[in-house]
Amino acid sequence: MAKCSACELLKERFPEALQNIEEFRSETSVTVDKGRLREVMTFLKENEGTRYDLLVDLAGVDTAKGSLRFEVVYLLHSMKYNNRLRIKVDLPEGAAVDTVSDIWKAADWMEREVYDLFGVKFNAHPDMRRILLPEDFSGHPLRKEYPLKGTDFDKPFTVCLEREKGNQADV
Amino acid sequence: MSEARQMTVNMGPQHPATHGVLRLLLELDGEVIVKTVPDIGYLHRGIEKLAESMTYPQALTLTDRLDYTSGLSNNLAYCLAVEKLLDLSIPKRARYLRVLLAELQRIAAHLLWIATHALDLGAMTLLFYAFRDREEVLGMLEQVTGARLTPSFIRIGGLAADIPESFLPCVETFVETFPKRIDEYETLLTENIIWKKRTQGISPMSGEDCINYGVTGPVLRASGVYYDVRKAYPYSSYEDFDFEIPMGKNGDVYDRYLVRLQEMRQSNRIVGQAIGKLPAGAVMALDAPQVTPPPKEEVGKDIAALIRHFKIMEEGFRPPCGEVYASIESSKGELGFFLISDGSNKPFRMRIRPPSFINLGALPKMIKGHMVADVIAAIGSIDIVLGEIDR
Repeated sequence: MAKCSACELLKERFPEALQNIEEFRSETSVTVDKGRLREVMTFLKENEGTRYDLLVDLAGVDTAKGSLRFEVVYLLHSMKYNNRLRIKVDLPEGAAVDTVSDIWKAADWMEREVYDLFGVKFNAHPDMRRILLPEDFSGHPLRKEYPLKGTDFDKPFTVCLEREKGNQADV
Repeated sequence: MSEARQMTVNMGPQHPATHGVLRLLLELDGEVIVKTVPDIGYLHRGIEKLAESMTYPQALTLTDRLDYTSGLSNNLAYCLAVEKLLDLSIPKRARYLRVLLAELQRIAAHLLWIATHALDLGAMTLLFYAFRDREEVLGMLEQVTGARLTPSFIRIGGLAADIPESFLPCVETFVETFPKRIDEYETLLTENIIWKKRTQGISPMSGEDCINYGVTGPVLRASGVYYDVRKAYPYSSYEDFDFEIPMGKNGDVYDRYLVRLQEMRQSNRIVGQAIGKLPAGAVMALDAPQVTPPPKEEVGKDIAALIRHFKIMEEGFRPPCGEVYASIESSKGELGFFLISDGSNKPFRMRIRPPSFINLGALPKMIKGHMVADVIAAIGSIDIVLGEIDR
């Protein structure tokens, strides 16, 4: 990605929706206003000059800081121009993002995964259920405050020991 | 169709043909599939969460356990992402050996696929042929990496060690004999009338649908879309090798089979070229002492090297802040790692882009309107690995 032609097009078309454009190791990330996401995404997919027809990846990120705590990251690939573009959306805890699963079907499961592991909801998603974890699981493990080890790891021991003691007394 | 005829059938998670712990809820009208709801997550180990608690070199071992049929490919994808983060350049010998190992691993993974896929559809003979040859490949990989399943051999900055002397002659013999072996598989299946009836026209996907569903790898190429990460974003010196990307037309189970068979031939070609022009030199980046451990011989003699070794193994290193995405063409499709570094010695976020997960998302679309028995053919043709889907 030598020059980001898609960025220029976006700047021209949505000057007020773009919040930030970053480049690192020749990968471009564009942060987009949450309310305008669907417009921007539809434009990127349909426009002749961009044609991002493959949604490669969709990831959630818990930045654990500031009021805009979560990020949803979309990675797009264009079959026609053979380049990639990363789109990001920032959002506070409890907020929901508009789904893109009707623009790219691939987003269906990936959005469910973000919901499952981060608790970020997607508006108008056709099937907003957990995907990897069981339905009755509580919490969202990829949030930074979620403990790495199970919270009940140290508890069963004491219960077992008391029961063993009781058994010994019976004997 | 009347409501009364509809029936829900539970397939899996303990089912030999779902290739792991995949559960499908099939809604049937007679024997025809009306709706499919896949239920996954039985093998979820929280690898992305675990990686956040490990240093960069330690997290490498987790990647072996994703797609456990191609550990080396997973290692490679992860190392490429970390190396991109560090902006590290790898010696040419290491890059060529990575290609060589990744292609051997692809052959091994495809052999496992063809063995089990044919077995699922009732062609048992092929299992013995394919496993005989897979054994040979795994034996060669074992010579180099010391492991058959979880090698962790491709390291950040290069390779864990150079290849042993006995390795190249083995590969040479293999490269010579393998095309004839693929011919053998073809005599068993390609023109086999039963095989054709079970696979042709089953679960077809158009190229457009594949792109829409994010499908990559052989399944996408069987539908006639030219997309292979090795050509689109060449990594690890793939641009130096001469190979073709096999393509299909109809996007059905049969075309996916043909594409994978051709891919094995191409992989064999790449392996042949890699041993032919393997350059001499180091297999670890030498200009990055803060990232790559010193050679083992030095560790035993030099106290400074010993200290450096332990420092890297225990504390790791601190890449600059930033986020990168690196991907490879694994045997299943585009395997990517999205890493975010906050400047500490542990990844702030490691997102894995699993090809099997996303390809499986297209299964309900693929098998709608087909028979129950075709589900097995469709699952086999996507070539899923649950370790990668559930992570």
